[in-house]
Amino acid sequence: MATENASQATPELSEVSLPNLRFLEEVSTATAGISRLEMCIQCGTCGGSCPSAADMDHTPRLLFAMIRAGLRDEVLSSNTPWICVSCYHCFVRCPQDVHIPDVMYTLKSMAIRAKRYKDATAPDFSATFVDMVESYGRSFEFGLATRHYLKHFPLRLPSMAPMGLGLISRRRMEITPSRIEGINQLKVILQYAKELELVQ
Amino acid sequence: MTGYLFYPGCSMETSAKAYHESLVAINESLDLDFTEIHDWNCCGATEYLGISLIPAYALISRNLALAEKQSNGSKTVVAPCSACYLNLAKADHYMQERPELGTKVNLALQAGGLSYKPGSLEIRHLLDILINDIGLEAIKSKVVKPLVGLRVAPYLGCMVPRPDYENRWSDHEHPVELDRLLSALGAEVIDFPLKTHCCGGHMPQISPSTAFELIRRLLHGADQYHADVLVTVCPMCQMNLDAYQAETNRHFHTNYKVPILFFTQLMGLAFGKDPKNLGFGRELVSAKAALGRIGIEAPESEESKAQPKRPKKTGLPMPNMPAAEEAKR
Repeated sequence: MATENASQATPELSEVSLPNLRFLEEVSTATAGISRLEMCIQCGTCGGSCPSAADMDHTPRLLFAMIRAGLRDEVLSSNTPWICVSCYHCFVRCPQDVHIPDVMYTLKSMAIRAKRYKDATAPDFSATFVDMVESYGRSFEFGLATRHYLKHFPLRLPSMAPMGLGLISRRRMEITPSRIEGINQLKVILQYAKELELVQ
Repeated sequence: MTGYLFYPGCSMETSAKAYHESLVAINESLDLDFTEIHDWNCCGATEYLGISLIPAYALISRNLALAEKQSNGSKTVVAPCSACYLNLAKADHYMQERPELGTKVNLALQAGGLSYKPGSLEIRHLLDILINDIGLEAIKSKVVKPLVGLRVAPYLGCMVPRPDYENRWSDHEHPVELDRLLSALGAEVIDFPLKTHCCGGHMPQISPSTAFELIRRLLHGADQYHADVLVTVCPMCQMNLDAYQAETNRHFHTNYKVPILFFTQLMGLAFGKDPKNLGFGRELVSAKAALGRIGIEAPESEESKAQPKRPKKTGLPMPNMPAAEEAKR
């Protein structure tokens, strides 16, 4: 732990802890809009409103306290942002108007960049989805589902098969992707956006 | 009013075809002046936002830029899918709130010869347009076959009434707009307490047990209120509750059979449209029996017509076991 190191080697204190002290600021500025994360009063309304809190390592309130405390690794390896269902119950109930789901998106992207996530199912799903969108400009559910389920839920495939066939026979899932006309334009935009993402 | 710019979203062409077909059908009566945004792209759903910020917002904003270019005086973008609606509204809202985000996104758009001035369009959901612009009176006047006797659970899901940046809805958790629309169609509307609870979003692909629990709560609620059908305004909600209903039932050893329909399909029925043109039969949990009860002949799903039931395989000679219910008695 950082605190133990700190007591033994004081000169390293600033190097070890300063980036972590800025963690709150880092998360807040990386979030779209004005996150208001600094305004959290630890009331717990978010966790109490959350339909999937039972499956989370930390409730949103606890996670925000950890961000404030600079527990970077613990925060980025928490499953909480990945279990968030983006239902915005916490968002409309938060007395401080913290943009909680948007903070969760930020934490996901930071966890991916730092490779701190514990379970690859969710990051892989997002990556596969985005891969399809970047290739075609549209989502491609058949490609997404087959690639994702083969990799992460092979044992669910037998029980999923009737549903897949049901969707295909009702023409609710196309087995070939459709591509937008301006796919090259989109690729240029996204390529440049990715470069801009790296500029602080 | 100079019409609307229509952003269908990917699902309308695939998993939510019934939504699209029924919208086209009710449009014959309502004469909605919708023009599709040419060459629109995917909004990124909830996936791209969790990977990187600027590309996610640039992806969304390409649609806003195309819409603005095509606008011809029309300023309103309509999205029928809740996730698309929220993404478009979110990008527009946050680019105004944080101008440097808008600047970066515009730099990316310019690489593709496009630009978008945040705040120059208004982004609205289809239900909002039907209730607030077309109006309940106009809708009522088109009803020729009121849905009398059909018990309906109105289900909005999350992303239409929340976060609701522009305060368009009567409440974030218990809005009444969909209830009023369905009442205008003559249906018996349940005061459904779970109407804005979550359907699980992308969780069936990520943490199935989390998703199944959220789906179970909604099905259980609809069942407890004796709903004939549950009505939704979002392709993702429809997909989760309909297509994953069987897997949820297996997970919890339950036997829910709640048909999940789009509100436009019920509007079409009330307007006297042929059910064949309203996408009925595409749902995995058949709505045929529920609609049969109010005298509407819905087409059988294509699959069950095509595949005659295979006779059960007779395996090893085993004594017949009593069914679970019989054993309990």
